[in-house]
Amino acid sequence: MPIVPNPYKTTGFLGWIDDRFPLTKMWKDHVAEYYAPKNFNFWYFFGSLALLVLVNQLLTGIWLAMFFKPDAALAFESVEYIMRDVEWGWLIRYMHSTGASAFFVVVFLHMYRGLLYGSYRQPRELIWIFGCLIFLVLMAEAFMGYVLPWGQMSYWGAQVIISLFGAIPVVGEDLVTWIRGDFFIADATINRFFSLHVVALPFVLVGLVIAHLLALHEVGSNNPDGVEIKKHKDENGIPKDGIAFHPYYTVKDIFGTGVFLILFAFVIFFIPDFGGYFLEKPNFEPANPMVTPEHIAPVWYFTPQYAMLRAITVDLFGVPAKLWGVIVLGGSVVILFFLPWLDKSPVKSIRYKGPIFKIALALFTVSFVVLGYLGTQPPTPGKTLLAQIGTAIYFGFFFLMPFYTKIDKTKPEPDRVTMKEGH
Amino acid sequence: MSNEGVDVGKRRFLTAATTVVGGVGAGFAAWPFLSSWQPSARAKAAGAPVVADISELEEGALVIFEWRGKPVWVIRRSPEMVENLPAVEGDLRDPQSEKDQQPEYARNEVRSIRKDVMVMIGSCTHLGCSPSFRPDYPAEDMDPNWKGGFFCPCHGSKFDLAGRVYKGVPAPTNLVVPPYHFESDNVIVIGEDPANEGVA
Amino acid sequence: MKHLLIALALALPGMAMAAGGGGTAYKFDPDLGNEPSLQRGAAAFMNYCSGCHSMGLLRYNRLAADLGIPEDLLQENLMFTSDKVGAQINSAMIPASAKWFGKQPPDLTLTARARGDDWVYSFLKTFYVEEGRPNGVNNLTLPGASMPHVLGGLQGWQKLKPAEEGEEHAEAGGHGASHAPEFEVLEEGVLSAKEYDGLVADITNFMVYAAEPVKIKRKEIGTLVILYLMLFTFVAYLLKREFWKDVH
Repeated sequence: MPIVPNPYKTTGFLGWIDDRFPLTKMWKDHVAEYYAPKNFNFWYFFGSLALLVLVNQLLTGIWLAMFFKPDAALAFESVEYIMRDVEWGWLIRYMHSTGASAFFVVVFLHMYRGLLYGSYRQPRELIWIFGCLIFLVLMAEAFMGYVLPWGQMSYWGAQVIISLFGAIPVVGEDLVTWIRGDFFIADATINRFFSLHVVALPFVLVGLVIAHLLALHEVGSNNPDGVEIKKHKDENGIPKDGIAFHPYYTVKDIFGTGVFLILFAFVIFFIPDFGGYFLEKPNFEPANPMVTPEHIAPVWYFTPQYAMLRAITVDLFGVPAKLWGVIVLGGSVVILFFLPWLDKSPVKSIRYKGPIFKIALALFTVSFVVLGYLGTQPPTPGKTLLAQIGTAIYFGFFFLMPFYTKIDKTKPEPDRVTMKEGH
Repeated sequence: MSNEGVDVGKRRFLTAATTVVGGVGAGFAAWPFLSSWQPSARAKAAGAPVVADISELEEGALVIFEWRGKPVWVIRRSPEMVENLPAVEGDLRDPQSEKDQQPEYARNEVRSIRKDVMVMIGSCTHLGCSPSFRPDYPAEDMDPNWKGGFFCPCHGSKFDLAGRVYKGVPAPTNLVVPPYHFESDNVIVIGEDPANEGVA
Repeated sequence: MKHLLIALALALPGMAMAAGGGGTAYKFDPDLGNEPSLQRGAAAFMNYCSGCHSMGLLRYNRLAADLGIPEDLLQENLMFTSDKVGAQINSAMIPASAKWFGKQPPDLTLTARARGDDWVYSFLKTFYVEEGRPNGVNNLTLPGASMPHVLGGLQGWQKLKPAEEGEEHAEAGGHGASHAPEFEVLEEGVLSAKEYDGLVADITNFMVYAAEPVKIKRKEIGTLVILYLMLFTFVAYLLKREFWKDVH
């Protein structure tokens, strides 16, 4: 006889478990009786897809670590060993390298969804902050992962990014040496990056993802109308506009997964280099500390930030341009954390926001894409000017938000969520 | 939300169909991961047959070749060594080589293709140490009836000059004879059966 | 929105090629399905290139299996630098003699991937005679190359057309649009221009293969995987549609 019988009246083996571990409770709380708004649209696929890509990265990463050698003398060749000599190694490697880019694709779209529908607003500030932390860790994870193949881009990318820390006053140069563990990017660097990439950061990432989901399930999901479904509950306490995550969203996400996997597989099997965006050409040459490739650009998902870094060319208020560049680069990510308190609009969703916000968001979107493009290009005076304008818009979107969201002419929010006809 | 008019049978069928199709896919997706644990092309290249030239090998001497990371001994047995082989049979565990420790073409009283050339893997069948060559006899420290053979320094197992294990030692079986064939009188290919033999 | 994203995803690689590819003198479209060409390319590589250049990441037996070359033919005709079929293709040059070139000739396994198909093809076609160079030649695709024109006897010797035209082309090699440079033939080679193009195409094909030996196989597998995923997605869609009948 159990000391405290479980409230789900499960029996047999499951009952034995439930008396000792909240298995049924967890299943019900987070899946079968987690009620999500019924009006999710296409944008709501990207959260579950991000989780799928995370699993893909963990699994393929564990396998790659079985064959990869984190040694400056062996790393490059060990990657080609995986590509050629290990049975199916090429597939596992392409899944991982394509997965890295796919991760950023889905995370960018997932964050953009939040921007569209005000998912960061009260009471979901912590979900957003956990999400921003995930993004930050993901950037570190991706950067260190890109160093590991030890090609020319790995090497010189690391050179540039690590040098950024040199802009920090007083301690900068010592900090750079400390991060590298040598007087140049060397064996010590790849060895520690390997450990961080494979052990430390994945732990942090998984922990943050769990926190992100727990916070989400605590307050419930937002939706394209930005109205709270918990305001209207039926006699059983279930939100009237909510549907059980399982089976409704599980089957929908399985379908979404299928569509995603088709695109993912297409890239893996047919264009794994993605025209030099996912795997850059110079990275097929082993790292050579003596020769910098003619044109170096970061991987595509860092190019908006990279363009902003390069856009800062003047000393200001006695602070050198180099340090400003680093401040802008860091600031472009840090500013995201403050978004919940910058948006003063009475409504959450873009559906009911006014024209000023829509224009601001459109400008922001265009500037982000243009900055991303500029980051892949060699700088010219014209392009630098364009990047400066883009940087101004990027930050203006956030800094001016408290003002323009207050004066904007919003439409009234509906009481209940709305559904498109024909659903 | 209403549950009226739900076709339960159809739902069950579609759920089963998705599960089966997805399960098959997951099975195929697992294959590359499991398969990647097989020896790689590099391991296979290192494990390829080794060509051993024994033209310099003197009578009664032993030479070691490396094949798949293991020592392979080639001994040019003198007529005296060959003659002595039956003399120790009474002290051996498996004198007729009944256990499958050798290819069919080496399952004979001398455990080799040619009587004068012995080829075997030099790792003890007990726990894998490499025994030392003791062709000298009589050797009181080995056995009163010792006619030359091998002694494993790890746990004291003893073998004769055909790699046959003595009674009363930890090693359970005779030393392994790898697949090999003669390309010419003095050239042995270790790791590959003779052309007319199947895989042993 | 959906369509827009998909269109964008499909358009990006094209843009990348437009943006990333520094102009080369000629365009080359490799044909990895052409086994005879790959075999000829492999033979030419072993004869003319492997004396100095290694292909240290490619194994002879892999090459033989992928290109349909029987092992005895492989050993007789292609293996000059190693006697093990599982070995990688090393150059015949001893490191000390490499000093003669000023540096060790680079390994060519990944060159087609690092530089591009067009680049390899153009490089082999754009050697030209220039006085004062250590080997008497320069290369339009890689100006200042320290490599002699090994295929000179086959191609013949050519000179860059002088005057402003030549200048223009030299610049075009850097970033401009790609159109054929003009050369002046100084001495006919053993091969006709067309035969030489064929030889260079074979070598380039082979080097593209060597840079990623799994390329053909991966596309074959990819087709099957995508067909499977379409089936899965279709069934999943039916399942989703069935359950979502509940939601109004």
